[in-house]
Amino acid sequence: MHGTRILDEADRLMTVCNSCRYCEGLCAVFPAMELRRAFSDGDLNYLANLCHGCGACYVDCQFSPPHEFNVNVPKTLAVARAESYAAYAWPGALSGAFARNGLVISVIAALSMAAFILGFAALNDRSVLFGVHSGPGAFYKLMPHNAMAALFSAALLYAVFALVMSVRAFWRDIGPAIGGRADGGSIFQAIRDAGELRYLHGGGVGCYNEDDKPTDRRKLYHHLTFYGFLLCFAATSVATLYHYLLGREAPYPWWDLPVVLGTLGGIGLIIGPIGLFTARMRRDPALLDESRYGMDVGFIAMLFLTGTTGMLLLVLRETAAMGPLLALHLGAVFALFITMPYGKFVHGIYRFAALVRYAQERRTAA
Amino acid sequence: MSSKYDVLVIGGGNAALCAAIAARRGGASVLVLEGAPKFYRGGNTRHTRNMRCAHDAATEILTGPYTEEEFWEDLLRVTGGQTDEALARHMIRESKDILNWIVEQGVRWQPSLGGTLSLGRTNSFFLGGGRAMLNALYLTAERLGVDVEYDAEVTDLVIEDSLFLAARLKRPVKGETEIRATSLVAAAGGFEANIEWLKQYWGEAADNFLIRGTPYNRGSILKMLLDKGVQEVGDPTQCHAVAIDARAPKFDGGIITRHDSVVFGIVVNKHAQRFYDEGEDIWPKRYAIWGRLVAAQPDQIAYIIFDSTVVTSFMPTLFPPIAGRTVAELAGRLELDPAALEKTIAEFNAAVRPGTFDHTILDDCVTEGITPPKTHWARKIETPPYLAYPVRPGITFTYLGTRVNKEARILMADGRPSGNMFAAGEIMAGNVLGKGYAAGMGMTIGSVFGRIAGREAAKHARN
Repeated sequence: MHGTRILDEADRLMTVCNSCRYCEGLCAVFPAMELRRAFSDGDLNYLANLCHGCGACYVDCQFSPPHEFNVNVPKTLAVARAESYAAYAWPGALSGAFARNGLVISVIAALSMAAFILGFAALNDRSVLFGVHSGPGAFYKLMPHNAMAALFSAALLYAVFALVMSVRAFWRDIGPAIGGRADGGSIFQAIRDAGELRYLHGGGVGCYNEDDKPTDRRKLYHHLTFYGFLLCFAATSVATLYHYLLGREAPYPWWDLPVVLGTLGGIGLIIGPIGLFTARMRRDPALLDESRYGMDVGFIAMLFLTGTTGMLLLVLRETAAMGPLLALHLGAVFALFITMPYGKFVHGIYRFAALVRYAQERRTAA
Repeated sequence: MSSKYDVLVIGGGNAALCAAIAARRGGASVLVLEGAPKFYRGGNTRHTRNMRCAHDAATEILTGPYTEEEFWEDLLRVTGGQTDEALARHMIRESKDILNWIVEQGVRWQPSLGGTLSLGRTNSFFLGGGRAMLNALYLTAERLGVDVEYDAEVTDLVIEDSLFLAARLKRPVKGETEIRATSLVAAAGGFEANIEWLKQYWGEAADNFLIRGTPYNRGSILKMLLDKGVQEVGDPTQCHAVAIDARAPKFDGGIITRHDSVVFGIVVNKHAQRFYDEGEDIWPKRYAIWGRLVAAQPDQIAYIIFDSTVVTSFMPTLFPPIAGRTVAELAGRLELDPAALEKTIAEFNAAVRPGTFDHTILDDCVTEGITPPKTHWARKIETPPYLAYPVRPGITFTYLGTRVNKEARILMADGRPSGNMFAAGEIMAGNVLGKGYAAGMGMTIGSVFGRIAGREAAKHARN
């Protein structure tokens, strides 16, 4: 009756859950469910992306397996969520990237880094590539700033465009808010909910991961990763402003804003992904979409790679390793940018959209 | 596992865990024997969602005060006076402190669930439901050093001269063993899942009963205690039954198989005949009577019949209604005699008098000239598709139990208190709840008497 088997299963579960409702205090999914009596594909994709995978409803459910009702909301919504990424991907022709996502991400990352190494080697003299450079403009001896800015702006703009097209399809598919009211307050609420991972908390005690004890630290690791990513992005943005507005060229001294932001962000992007990866490996398979190992780990690895190469570049920027490290770091960042619409990165975009819709529905219901 | 404990708790639900935690906090070594596998631990507690506690003022989760006196009046009303007033008042008094004590044991509250607003003042709901509550209690018990064994089937109790000495135990892997303890807390529930036992009172009809909880509520500990000279309390023939979907599993369908659409239509038996006033009373009173009414019908089956105008008037149901474009088609799908169902509905429709429908009060929509009448909420069933839910009796719990005193101490048949045996929860609920039920009261009995039993059992063990 739905487009896919997993949506049929999600529909079955929401029917079970809607006649029980014991979990309504745990997160946003169940109150959103209660506003509906029947579930379209779009409704189910909305609920799937609203779910943060904290696992509490599985541990608390009297009907979870081995019960014959076989209620496993976190796993079912995880699978539905991953399938929704492919369904809404733009352009549709690239949705296949989600099928073997780990492989796709690895190949693109490898190719991207190889291309930068080869490019640096081809366009620079050996003495420049392995030379020791210091002072303002050191990086640009290997790649001109304008070339760098143009290439990365193009990659980022493409990623943003593809993401906008994808989330637009999602937004249309999940239909109007029940009751229907969209305003700035809902967006502000969603920013707060996403920013503090309000629903990754097991209803207050913490999340479940490897067993039935709410000891999971994913929220912490996710904060480190997410805010690390934002700090790195801020570092790059500040540096770009320095360059064009103040005429100050990188590298900057350790105490300067881009380096401070980048260092803090880089530390987050190293520790956070390690924590998330460890949690992912220890996670109870009952809670997981096991077929999405590549997608989950691929994205974590990309962030880790970006953080690690960036930090190495900072530490070793005044040695002969700077040239090759710069190539690796730029390769990693370029790969991260162009794979953003076709990997786990999209989870944040759809979840944020779902949180906006949820905030609208709450404001209407209140 | 040491084979001698200060306190042995038999059972694994709310009462058992409250007893285990209280005993452990009282300084005793404690073993909990749960007869079910880990997933099914907790007996009926896993299907509960709230507890009724007295409180003098509104709280974050309770919309207003619920005094001891009001609680007592409610209890008096639902039991029709079949209660031990001193014990009941003691429980109600103690329930006030349970609201906080249970939170200290890791349980979390939330405001009343969607669809249960009528309980928002009197009842506190567990965040995440009964299994979440159990999980919290088990985590706390483990953290305090309480030993817990699952799949632990107690095969015999060694009781001499009203003193508990040991329990004999059969375990799937580790085989048979005997466990001695200074005190016993019996918190192993009733016998609602024991069809053979139910048949003693209900005959073959019990084969058609559905059991709302796990298959492990077999009452074996209750039976052992009664066989060994413990005084019984409560009517052995009685059980709490509600109408649940006939398509529900034999065991453990829990709350989601319930139906309360009776008020929006009519209820017929397998001969397509109405048999009781569907509009007699408001929820939850009607909720609690329809199980018994259906149990008295041939083959213990009935059908709630309504039409398409009311489908969104009640909570969404687990099983969809069975539908027919005509009454005859619906009858065919239900395997009822089409002519008989058409006649019943036609007579009902003809008897409906105009009125103003309001399902939240006893409204003025009535029938005239039919038997039985529908005395409120009577509206014609005439807008296809015609819809039906098949229902059977769903057995929730039994009333037979062990007599206890205010210390939760078991009384022997001669009236003397046992030296070291205590009981808590459904196994002794009949002391305060001789019949009837009010939402959340089972959990009150479990937590209050569980805590008392654990405390007293530990006190006895230390002396």
